[in-house]
Amino acid sequence: METTTISPTPSPPAVTARPLAAVRRYAGRWGLIAALAALPIYYGITDLTNGYQAGVVAGHAVIHHDLSKLGFNFAEGLSNGAIWALIAIGYTLVYGIIELINFAHGDVFMIGSFTAVGLWAVLGLGLTTSALGLTGGLLVTLVVAMLVTGSLNVLIERVAYRPLRSAPKLASLITAVGFSFILQNVGLLWRGGSPQSVPDLIHSQQTVFTIAGVPILRGYILAFAVMIPLVFALTWFIGRTRAGRAMRATAQDPEAARLMGINVNGTISLTFLLGGMLAGAAGLVYALYQTNIWYFQGFKAGLIAFTAAVMGGIGNVRGAVLGGLIIGVIQSLADSRLGPQWTEAVVFGYLIAIMVLRPRGLLGEETREAG
Amino acid sequence: MSELGARLRRWRAAVQQRLPRRRSRAMAGLLLVIGIVLPFLFSPSSAFMNATIIAIAYAVMSLGLNIVVGFAGLLDLGYVAFYALGAYSLGWLGSGFFFKAQVHVLVSPVVSTLPGVHLNFILILIAAALICAAAGAVIGLPTLRLRGDYIAIVTLAFGEVIATLAINGQSIHVGGGMTLTAGNLGISAVDSPYFPGIGSFNLLNLRPWYWLIFAILLVVLFVNLRLRDSRLGRAWIALREDEVAAVSMGIPLVKTKLLAYSIGAAFGGMSGAFFGTYYTTVNAGQFAFGFSIFILAMVIIGGLGSIWGAVVGGLVLGYINNYLIPDVLNDLPSHLGLNFQLTQVEFGIFGFLLVLMMILRPQGLIPERRRKLELTAEIAAEDAQLAEAPGTPGGGGT
Repeated sequence: METTTISPTPSPPAVTARPLAAVRRYAGRWGLIAALAALPIYYGITDLTNGYQAGVVAGHAVIHHDLSKLGFNFAEGLSNGAIWALIAIGYTLVYGIIELINFAHGDVFMIGSFTAVGLWAVLGLGLTTSALGLTGGLLVTLVVAMLVTGSLNVLIERVAYRPLRSAPKLASLITAVGFSFILQNVGLLWRGGSPQSVPDLIHSQQTVFTIAGVPILRGYILAFAVMIPLVFALTWFIGRTRAGRAMRATAQDPEAARLMGINVNGTISLTFLLGGMLAGAAGLVYALYQTNIWYFQGFKAGLIAFTAAVMGGIGNVRGAVLGGLIIGVIQSLADSRLGPQWTEAVVFGYLIAIMVLRPRGLLGEETREAG
Repeated sequence: MSELGARLRRWRAAVQQRLPRRRSRAMAGLLLVIGIVLPFLFSPSSAFMNATIIAIAYAVMSLGLNIVVGFAGLLDLGYVAFYALGAYSLGWLGSGFFFKAQVHVLVSPVVSTLPGVHLNFILILIAAALICAAAGAVIGLPTLRLRGDYIAIVTLAFGEVIATLAINGQSIHVGGGMTLTAGNLGISAVDSPYFPGIGSFNLLNLRPWYWLIFAILLVVLFVNLRLRDSRLGRAWIALREDEVAAVSMGIPLVKTKLLAYSIGAAFGGMSGAFFGTYYTTVNAGQFAFGFSIFILAMVIIGGLGSIWGAVVGGLVLGYINNYLIPDVLNDLPSHLGLNFQLTQVEFGIFGFLLVLMMILRPQGLIPERRRKLELTAEIAAEDAQLAEAPGTPGGGGT
């Protein structure tokens, strides 16, 4: 499956100080895996030994000693992670090909959500729509949202990144941040400054079936039903088509790719198109699953998804999916055990830990940036 | 004839060498005088004075960030952390927040009867600088072997962690029923600066505040100018230009980078402490990611690595943010028939400015010469031509 890997050019190792080299040599990938496993194992053990409050019956707290709360955290986390994975792929593709953190990507995802919700109103999708109409309508929404965000991403690349491609990387990173703010304010003017709830079209909190005491909700199934085919389609596209080969070639060496007759600018635009489309799909799933949308959702999702991409190994599509799922679980554990106000700190704590222990991520290769 | 020509050219070169220096000295003197007498031209509590004070405090932060991003080339997206730490230094050391303690050092007679830790503002300023310098080094450590975008991400993560701690600090107990921060409620009733002989500052008369922050700006500016031309400053620029070459030439990488983080952070902390006392509250809501970008925008718009650029960038964005947008242009969209106020989209405006600046004039308003060469190949070529033609104005002094 090496074909699915888009990675920056391997460069000679950088001359840098290694104050934590000793730690890193022993820690490395296993250290990171241990750090990741620490949270679920800790909470699993406390659930089994101390128990947790499963509910209140007749004024008495019901204490359970099993792993179903942990299972619930995992189910919720993985399905959230599926959304982060879709966004993380966008970061990873773009980083793989032009080594730029596309800061505006999270906000493209937000625009995807807004477009989808706007389209529901246009199509007249509501809680009373029949199942068939709903399926058709949502498919149309999915396609339109993906096209909108895909072309938005291409447009951003054309306006903000292409003119600066030969400038130092700092320049395009700054325009990326600038565009992120512009899109946020577009969202702010579009739907106001506070979170808005949207119709729960698919009854996302309804249980479909239960596995070992863990209810599987419709929202979970939706997230995976959208994520898995898209990721397979993308993998196929990158690995098997001519355009995908051009993408991989450009990621390896843009100059050589150009000499081989590859349209480098077109290939970069295509990469942005694909990344943006996945973000649009994630936007629709997010709106259906979370049933509320906010202009600021993109910023947070962007940071989380970027963490996911880095965790998996930036430039690597499989890594982005893996990272997304892991971050989803971490987030869900932190949400339910520590309280949602700490989630951000936990996720960023992990981001820093990755940077210290293994900057190239779980599946990534050594790069110049991440030494 | 040729001897005469050569002599003339030498004179001309000598004059040109001296002229800019004297001119810049005269300019500096003029700016200093304008800076000192400026408050007398406006009423002591006018909105413009308020905007000026805030703009100068921004310029101090911008100078601090310029050391990290501009000189050393380490993109720091978490600078808000130092604003937060500086402001909390003031909150912790200059208010009744730690109500169990009884510490009073050189404070006004009124304040010295109150519970809590109350230090003189100058001491707090020093403490804030030290705390932030230490924090800067801590934040710098994990980024040492990373480059470029990865540094940006780690610093961003640190900034967000600090902001989260600030918001949730109410649930972190430090003993005796006291908490780490007051979260979104804010540490209020912080002390105003007090100097023996001058008395306590109050917000009805903004002039003393102005002179205080102006003095801080002068100190920071002086340190900046001296640093730029020092061995350390040259080491930063060398690391920025080519890390491998710089290290090969014997520049101590760890020390040099950490010093950049620490010194940059210290200035941010000083400005943060000033903001704490000027806003009379230290509220966790102030420390959002957008603020880091706001300060970064000042550095970029002024011109990365350029000291005067950082000052101008800070002042320009400070005035735009605190005077032009809220007081002058706020109703513009409604006059155009649009249903929003300009203050709502200020970050969009800054984002737009950033994009525009990067595409049209990446070297900034007052570019640093070296950075200018790096960013614009055409300008570099032009400069090379100018340098070849002797005596052409602009080809000589920096």
